[in-house]
Amino acid sequence: MKKEEPSIVVAKQNNALQIFALDDAAAHLGLSIGLPLANARAICPQLKVFDADEAADAKALNDIACWCDRFTPLVALDPPHGLFLDITGCAHLFGGEAALMQMICGSLSRQGFAVSAAIAGTSVCARTMTRHVSGHIVPDGGEAEAVKSLPVFALGADEAITRGLRRAGLKTIGDVASRARHEITARFGDGFTSLLEQALGQGDAPISPLKPLPDFIVEKRFAEPVATEVVISATLSRLAAMLVAAMDRQGKGARRLQAQFFRTDGAVRAIAVDTGQPVTRPEVIDRLFRERLDALSDPLDPGFGFDLIRLSASRVEIVVQQQRDLDANVHDNDELAALIDRIAARIGCKRVVVHLPQDTHIPERAVMTAPAQHRLAAAQAADWPEREESEPPLRPLRLFARPEPIKVIAEVPDGPPAWFQWRRASHTVVRVEGPERVAMEWWRSREEMLTRDYFRVEDETGLRFWLYRDGLYDREIAQREGEIVQPNWFVHGLFA
Amino acid sequence: MTGARTNTLASLRGSIERIEAQADASAPARVALGHAEADATLQGGLAPAAVHEVFAEGRQSAAATGFIAGLAGLVSLAGRVTARRPLVWIRQDFAEIESGALSMAGLAELGLDPRCVVTVCAADVDAALRTAADALVCDALGAVVLEVWGEARQFDLVASRKLTLAAQASGVTGLLLRVAAQPQPSTAETRWIVRAAHSPPASVGSAWGAPVFDAQLVRNRHGPVGRWIMEWKCDECLFAKPSAYPQPVAAAPAHRPHQASITGQQRRAG
Repeated sequence: MKKEEPSIVVAKQNNALQIFALDDAAAHLGLSIGLPLANARAICPQLKVFDADEAADAKALNDIACWCDRFTPLVALDPPHGLFLDITGCAHLFGGEAALMQMICGSLSRQGFAVSAAIAGTSVCARTMTRHVSGHIVPDGGEAEAVKSLPVFALGADEAITRGLRRAGLKTIGDVASRARHEITARFGDGFTSLLEQALGQGDAPISPLKPLPDFIVEKRFAEPVATEVVISATLSRLAAMLVAAMDRQGKGARRLQAQFFRTDGAVRAIAVDTGQPVTRPEVIDRLFRERLDALSDPLDPGFGFDLIRLSASRVEIVVQQQRDLDANVHDNDELAALIDRIAARIGCKRVVVHLPQDTHIPERAVMTAPAQHRLAAAQAADWPEREESEPPLRPLRLFARPEPIKVIAEVPDGPPAWFQWRRASHTVVRVEGPERVAMEWWRSREEMLTRDYFRVEDETGLRFWLYRDGLYDREIAQREGEIVQPNWFVHGLFA
Repeated sequence: MTGARTNTLASLRGSIERIEAQADASAPARVALGHAEADATLQGGLAPAAVHEVFAEGRQSAAATGFIAGLAGLVSLAGRVTARRPLVWIRQDFAEIESGALSMAGLAELGLDPRCVVTVCAADVDAALRTAADALVCDALGAVVLEVWGEARQFDLVASRKLTLAAQASGVTGLLLRVAAQPQPSTAETRWIVRAAHSPPASVGSAWGAPVFDAQLVRNRHGPVGRWIMEWKCDECLFAKPSAYPQPVAAAPAHRPHQASITGQQRRAG
């Protein structure tokens, strides 16, 4: 068998290329992390050298974390290259702790990762174990015994602390543990003391999982990977029925649903659907996911197939049973909410909006749009200002998000327009009404905004516009420049 | 030969009438526009549970919007005493850039209720059409407005037929607003071309009054066509014949030329 060439990964540190990571062959040659590249080349000229890519490393770790989701929903990152899995209550599903660890290590090794794993009562203890030996299962209460003989660097404390401990003659964790705590704290700080205690199993630090724990999870594992659309959608329907049955026992309905597709090659695709009202019917869930899957811009790629499909409800609400058929409005609102959910699942929740009035005079801020899924009830109960009887419309039916500049001829600079040109077409003003003066809200905007004089204008063909002049001519415009300037005119809206 | 043809034609007409009579028997009542002549031509008003098209030139988009908003308001109020049914307004993103967003404040000024309006912003014509077909199936809605700017080859007979079938099944009225587009063959019940018309002042104080449309009915599946000047009455929420000057106008002085300047018609409010 051909001997493997040693390979290393280098990164620039302290203005020099140093070894960042290395493989077993390189380690056998006596290379170590932190050694300058020039020295390493001198030791072994046929080294294979690669550049470090920390972003790719982080992404790979994240992808592995997503893959580990199939074993437990509580997966936490421990950068730069560690993962915590909280397997409380999960191990028996995979045939016990030893079998579970073997399964994870085996799968990762087959994909070309070097893995070191350990199971212990506390996360820090397990991490300490992995630094030294792989595949160890620490029995409950045996943490102190297990880590006693390990060198202090396995704790993963700062370089300075490790060096200090070694200089003090404390070579193993057992040595450090034998000292009184207050001595250690006085010399190395209480952060290190708590780390030591956690490693000894005398205290636990909570891990921070990547994803919040869903309230309800149902999943389906396949002995043979599935890849056809028919099977996938049938599986989703069955899972939806199971999920609803589980939620129904507690009187809950789902507001946010997530389907996760675990591919055999380790890639995980998660697709989420939000709803405006708690969903309690499997066919609704089924339909929402069908809409969402249809509309994906990069469709679900089964590759060599999915071996696990999971459906989870990450946000649930208590369902209030309403009496039907007495009030038609209730029924109508349900139908509308369901329609909004379907459209939002297809094109995105920010694209389905309702309108809420705002207490301001500035035309473009007078109405706020909000996602219909969340604010439908608020919009239906909103209080719009009453229109004045027998007055013509004072606000345009179509409003430009960005007022468009126009060329205007007015008889006097602060007078109404007599002629204007908009989008290369000229309009002669036949009827005009105004000005309606709108002052800007000086207490809100940072930059200075000018007062606007709005005019309602009808041209010779009957088109009706809403024009405004930016700034009071005699006070705001002329004074600012110190010389005669033409005021800026804009068309802000169109009347019906 | 001629007799045979006449017979065939007569029998075909008869069978079409029978089919349509069956459809009419279950059809809901028509929605009167309020404009007497137009209602007479439309045999009582706009047919609900069908698709109606409104076309306009690019610069007439606001007038067409006002006309279609009026139709939608009438349709969604029809048959209901207490509350309007919701209105879903689907528009393409490009339409908003080209002719401005539908302003809810402006809609409220027309006497319509902005609380009932749900706006869907579709990225392209395909998404808009699909959403419209979805929305038309939902029978809780009063009306569905689909606004598309410019020519769209997706609006073929098949798409039009789909919308019509959905509208017939659910009883929801579909309104198509096509700005800057040429009419194409479709299964729409009526087709209108709308322009803005001059709006005479409603009172002494104001320069101009309620929205006035020059509405041309260019296609009517079950009757003749026509062209009318319609005024939207914001207070009553109805179309009507434009009223002549409601205020008495003083006779022009005989010895002076008629003043055509704009200064006499403006109102200073500031």
